[in-house]
Amino acid sequence: MVVTLHRPNSAHEALRLKVEHSESMFLAGGQTLVAMMNADLIEPAALISLENVSELKDIEKKQDGSIRIGAMVRHAQITASDMLRDAHTVIRGAASVIAHPAIRNIGTIGGAVSHGDPNSDLCPALVAADARIEVTGPNQSREISATEFFLDYLTTELEGNELLTAIILPRASAHSWGHYEKFARVEGDYATTSVAVTLALNENRMVDQLRIALGASGATPIRVPSAENELQGGILDAASVTEAANKILAACDPLDDVRGSSDYRRILIPRLIKKAVTKVRTLADL
Amino acid sequence: MTEAEQFDLNINGEVYPVRADGAATLLNILREQLGLTGAKCGCNQGLCGACNVLIDGQAVRSCLVIAGTCIDREIETIEGLEKDGELSSVQQAFLDTGAVQCGFCIPGMVLSATALLRENPKAGVEEIRDAISGNLCRCSGYVKVVDAVCRVTKNQAYD
Repeated sequence: MVVTLHRPNSAHEALRLKVEHSESMFLAGGQTLVAMMNADLIEPAALISLENVSELKDIEKKQDGSIRIGAMVRHAQITASDMLRDAHTVIRGAASVIAHPAIRNIGTIGGAVSHGDPNSDLCPALVAADARIEVTGPNQSREISATEFFLDYLTTELEGNELLTAIILPRASAHSWGHYEKFARVEGDYATTSVAVTLALNENRMVDQLRIALGASGATPIRVPSAENELQGGILDAASVTEAANKILAACDPLDDVRGSSDYRRILIPRLIKKAVTKVRTLADL
Repeated sequence: MTEAEQFDLNINGEVYPVRADGAATLLNILREQLGLTGAKCGCNQGLCGACNVLIDGQAVRSCLVIAGTCIDREIETIEGLEKDGELSSVQQAFLDTGAVQCGFCIPGMVLSATALLRENPKAGVEEIRDAISGNLCRCSGYVKVVDAVCRVTKNQAYD
């Protein structure tokens, strides 16, 4: 079968091509898509490469302090970006442990997030960072909270003719911290379980906001706001964190797979939450 | 467009005209059309690193890169490292150290190390290990590979 490769120069043109060729797929870094093609799992009739769409390749800080990461920004670029500080460190941490250097040199945030794999590193990190996902269709753009973007295994809010164009991070307070804790069989593997945490303190150095999102623990990144709320106003003492971790565990539905049994992951999850929260507490000098 | 597309690729400083289907990977074209068989097809899934090449100086998996996205980019393969009959310092160090067992992973290892040392000629052991972390050797010969790269950086790690 002959597959046509389109190379548009703008997001607008890419979207027009998608409408014209409904059986086509967008190609970002290709580190998952091409692997799936090589394994005969998918057979796109045409590919729309975003390689030449330069408008999607930057990380920018906006006047209001928010940060816009273009969909074609590479994991290596995120790892090296000093614009991502304070709570946004969670995004850098996640990007820095995706697979191996050669994959991070070319894999993109837009590709990783639109794939919607709950076992991936960036998806839980975006939920913990309270990111919004900018999605552009043929006629308009919309923004979706990362918490609502992931619907099920490999299923997101993206519609057929839409393209994920950017990730938008809210302004991070100078009194905020982030950490990504990954547990994997070996370095470079997908997580057996992972925990993304962001913490912001109030003026009394008590917890103002805490967000905990888990990877590889269910069909989407798992977050339990009621468990986080119970830690608000406190200092993340061990007993409260244990209680919150158990509450989060109750919302998890981990898979049995080659990276660990469901039972094993259930033992791991609360321990990894405590480890991640302890780390962020240390960073905050709490 | 209903047929394979014709375009040029810049590989090891030379222009190669190729004909490629839109799904053809760079690895397919290197090996099957251009006879540049230094890059190996190990897993074809991006896991093993035997197909690593450099694109614009960065190590990438040629099995996961669509050939048609490489137009106007500088591709380097293991075949391009030798200049005027002289091996590159990394290649020579692999030879001098005896870092090669079966050899299947070595082109990828050499290219990963080359990309690292161009950016950071004084890379330490941890950086070297990180740079080759995505290159699997099933002879389990990592010690001598790291040794070889250290020989280049003059950092004799395992002495």
